[in-house]
Amino acid sequence: MSTADITAEHHDDHHDHGPAKGLSRWFFTTNHKDIGSMYLWFSLAMFLVGGSMALVIRAELFQPGLQLVEPGFFNQMTTMHGLIMVFGAVMPAFVGLANWMVPMMIGAPDMALPRMNNWSFWILPFAFGMLLLTLFMDGGAPNFGWTFYAPLSTTYAPDSVTFFIFAVHMMGVSSIMGAINIVATILNMRAPGMTLMKMPLFVWTWLITAYLLIAVMPVLAGVVTMMLMDIHFGTSFFDAAGGGDPVLFQHVFWFFGHPEVYIMILPAFGIVSAIIPTFARKQLFGYASMVYATASIAFLSFIVWAHHMFTVGMPLAGELFFMFATMLIAVPTGVKVFNWIATMWRGSMTFETPMLFALAFVILFTIGGLSGLMLAIAPADFQYHDTYFVVAHFHYVLVPGAIFSIMAAVYYWLPKWTGHQLNEGAGKFHFWMSFIGVNITFFPMHFIGLAGMPRRIPDYALQFADFNAIASVGAFIFGLSQLIFVWNVIQNIRSGKKAEAKCWEGAEGLEWSVPSPAPYHTFTTPPQIEGAK
Amino acid sequence: MSATTEYYVPAQSRLPILASIALFLMAFGAGGMLNESSYGGITLLVGALAMIAVVYTWFGKVIEESHQGLYSAQMDRSFRWGMSWFIFSEVMFFAAFFGTLFYVRTFAVPWLGGEGDKGVSNMLWEGFTAQWPLMETPGDKFSGPEGIISPWALPLVNTVLLVTSSFTLTFAHKALVHGGTRENVIKWMWVTVALGVVFLFCQGYEYYEAYTHYGLTLQSGIYGATFFMLTGFHGAHVTLGTIMMIIITLRLMKGHFTADNHFGFEATAWYWHFVDVVWIGLFIFVYVF
Repeated sequence: MSTADITAEHHDDHHDHGPAKGLSRWFFTTNHKDIGSMYLWFSLAMFLVGGSMALVIRAELFQPGLQLVEPGFFNQMTTMHGLIMVFGAVMPAFVGLANWMVPMMIGAPDMALPRMNNWSFWILPFAFGMLLLTLFMDGGAPNFGWTFYAPLSTTYAPDSVTFFIFAVHMMGVSSIMGAINIVATILNMRAPGMTLMKMPLFVWTWLITAYLLIAVMPVLAGVVTMMLMDIHFGTSFFDAAGGGDPVLFQHVFWFFGHPEVYIMILPAFGIVSAIIPTFARKQLFGYASMVYATASIAFLSFIVWAHHMFTVGMPLAGELFFMFATMLIAVPTGVKVFNWIATMWRGSMTFETPMLFALAFVILFTIGGLSGLMLAIAPADFQYHDTYFVVAHFHYVLVPGAIFSIMAAVYYWLPKWTGHQLNEGAGKFHFWMSFIGVNITFFPMHFIGLAGMPRRIPDYALQFADFNAIASVGAFIFGLSQLIFVWNVIQNIRSGKKAEAKCWEGAEGLEWSVPSPAPYHTFTTPPQIEGAK
Repeated sequence: MSATTEYYVPAQSRLPILASIALFLMAFGAGGMLNESSYGGITLLVGALAMIAVVYTWFGKVIEESHQGLYSAQMDRSFRWGMSWFIFSEVMFFAAFFGTLFYVRTFAVPWLGGEGDKGVSNMLWEGFTAQWPLMETPGDKFSGPEGIISPWALPLVNTVLLVTSSFTLTFAHKALVHGGTRENVIKWMWVTVALGVVFLFCQGYEYYEAYTHYGLTLQSGIYGATFFMLTGFHGAHVTLGTIMMIIITLRLMKGHFTADNHFGFEATAWYWHFVDVVWIGLFIFVYVF
């Protein structure tokens, strides 16, 4: 959306070194594009691992009774599925997109701190290697849910919880360094003339996301450290017998956890705000209001955390405050949704694969947002809490929300990365299979949740059988259709028609001024930017 | 800063992946050690030594590049943004523990004593009376401390030491920027380092007293837990800050840093002031009130 007129084009032709040969390119690289690619591949691998775990869950839940797995292993699957998807799939994918696109969008030669950038990435495979290793340890992997509430995760946890804690510490180190790098890049590396209010919205949303990451990942580190102390050093943070409080765990965790939710959605807003104007062939409606709405959402994310714990027994004043503060979030989010719709109003719309994913995002994310509004009502939440309704809610905002936006971004920028035009047929096939699969999976969960089926159980009462069977079928449709995506991406890397520099007719922004595929180094000397966004 | 205008993008480097391996060995070793496995200690040790080697090499490389004039003024700003946001992340880390302290004092302990909307939790341990410092824990699983550290003895001395050290560090900084002699800068730096070391010694003695005379330990209920976590993490940060200042001082003695190019010096100074401010928070909310 940033229409930046480039008066002086300085594409990299005088810079000497291209990529190194062999594996050393990936192990030792300092290049933002290489590191971005590694983040994206890592994220895809974790998406498939975490997705397989989801399929184990759905296979077990296909019918009532215990068929395939032990309840203990089922709990490990729900826990690991959540942890891997949140920390291993969604977050690294967004960091990968930031690595690839932010320097190109602001006219920077690379990230501000390139060596640290590579360190941020390479911590992740080790952290997740250690986390996955817990599956093979005595007592099994973490089984207390991805929210790891004490005392399940302290007094009653398997021994592997220690490795889980250190894995979380490593992910935190990686995220904080990655976020610092992104903030430094955006604040310090913009080309002359690229003022803050001319930045593409993807850059804006990432600036705010990075701020959230730096603010809350240390709090996560704090809470797992308190767990470690309670487990191994005899402290009583989460033990009321010593004057502590298990509810304290939930407060500290959700003080991290709620901003974390927005860390997983704000970059998605940025992506959709780039794609919709391109395919509507109109400027983004309400750029400034989009920026302010993003900042407002980020601010509100710090004062709503206890809506995750309405049923834990808070004083009435707490219930009321967190209920109303939560409802306020609907205002800036509504601003965004209406802005996207207004952008499309009377636009010359076409429906290429990225646009389909972006449109599905707007519709399905809004469904997830509205069920969130229902959950925000404290008295109603007493009914919905810890049911499949909650599962339906957050999967609607995370799968057709965050994940669809990542798919949209990959399809949108893939020609820029590989230099090959998209295979629209395969892309659309992937989209429709995903769209159908995701709705068959998660929509019935609303109904069984409202009817009272609790989450995180391997068995259920007979009256929930039909909708569970439907959801399981949908999950396999969705899961298998991701193989089309993998095939499509690999095919696109290997071959395809040559893509032009500006491969989408309506696309605007600096990244479309460099050739496709983008040269190994872009903007070693900054471009001059004029004009408005 | 040098006259370079092009932003320096370093060539390939082995350091990041080596640092990742070292971090993994440390984490895996620490996990193993806590679960009493045979490999834990040695893995942690190897990882820690590797990490020290990597960090030493990495900083050496950055200093070398700086001296070669590869860094522009823009690079200097990148470092400054980086350090500022790192300190902000540290602030949030301490905020988690301060938040814990406030929650426990304002809500958890009074509720256990029967106060307010959630006073029903008094039914867990009837007859428990809320107090802070918590000298009697509700359950028998933990036993409370027999005494606590008086703020007006060693902690007050420590406050004076740290606040003074912030001043002496600023004297060194002023001398560096405003053309004082290098001897003067180095002299004030050693004074600051000495104040940090004496602080750490006092803190160590205070811990010794707490454990031996007052029965105030990590295990003595939530008072001991919050006390040692907050002061302990602060102490760890003072230790790191002192090491950073020793390195900076040695670099000053080697002739590094000039009036207009001394980011390493300033970053260390920022870190030290941050540690000082955290201490003032600790002194007020952990020791005095």
